[in-house]
Amino acid sequence: MLNYFNPSNTLKVINKLQKFIFALFIAVLILGLFEALVLSPEDYKQSDSVRIMYVHVPAAWISLGIFSVISILSFGILIFKNKNFILISKSLAPSGFVFNIIALVTGSIWGKPTWGTWWAWDARITSMLLLAVFYLMFMLSWKIFEDEKKSIKLSSYIAIFGLINIPIIKFSVDWWSTLHQPSSVNVFKETTIHSTMLMPLGIMTAAFALFSILIFLMKYHTELLKIKNKGLDRL
Amino acid sequence: MINEILNMNGYGLYVWSSFMFTLLSFGTLYFVTKIQLNKELRNFKAKFKNLDAEKAEIVKKQEIYRGILSSTSSSKI
Repeated sequence: MLNYFNPSNTLKVINKLQKFIFALFIAVLILGLFEALVLSPEDYKQSDSVRIMYVHVPAAWISLGIFSVISILSFGILIFKNKNFILISKSLAPSGFVFNIIALVTGSIWGKPTWGTWWAWDARITSMLLLAVFYLMFMLSWKIFEDEKKSIKLSSYIAIFGLINIPIIKFSVDWWSTLHQPSSVNVFKETTIHSTMLMPLGIMTAAFALFSILIFLMKYHTELLKIKNKGLDRL
Repeated sequence: MINEILNMNGYGLYVWSSFMFTLLSFGTLYFVTKIQLNKELRNFKAKFKNLDAEKAEIVKKQEIYRGILSSTSSSKI
């Protein structure tokens, strides 16, 4: 199983996939933008401002998903000392961070017409800001130390510690009284969003997921090249 | 029709700025990542060129290096 993540195999897959995913991302994004901005209906309460949901929600979902994966891989890094997990975590972090920032900024823009304020220190928004801090600390931990072993340990601990924040973000709207609305899309409960809005949301989520995969592949390729460049220096 | 889409019932500024910020972030992340990747590919090529014939042969025999050497021409999206 672990051999599946062998860099030699992965590099072959990366080269084949990059162009394909880029083309697919552009196609899905164009379709998603058309659905989100033109075809989808306005909300009876929020009117057209609801369209911000089509960038805000997928960005938040993917930033949460990426950090969860990084955290789980960090357990693997500490327990199995798997070097590919390190590369995968490092390559995932930048897109996760950017999606986190998109969720915060678009959420802030959405807040102004719906709540009358750009920012509120409520549980959901503050915990999302905390997630951005964890992302930042994770990425900085690779820059601070010269010693790679120290960076690996510190970044893994940051990611594992940050995992505590994930359920807090998810359930913050249920546990505390917040300005932020409860989830409309649920896996185990009834989804309260109409299919005409669920469709563009799904397409935009697919486009964002494809973009994160594309960036991951490019970053993974870069990290692999850095290692091999060091290898050439040692020859 | 176009005015309606731009105005979005008075929410145009909020909606369009959200979408523009998202697309701008995507573009920036993509180009920064691409620049970093191309820089490493250029470094690899330059270092490979400077190797003597014997070392170059050793490198060519290793699967992972073969993968990188083939990718230097194919990974430009």
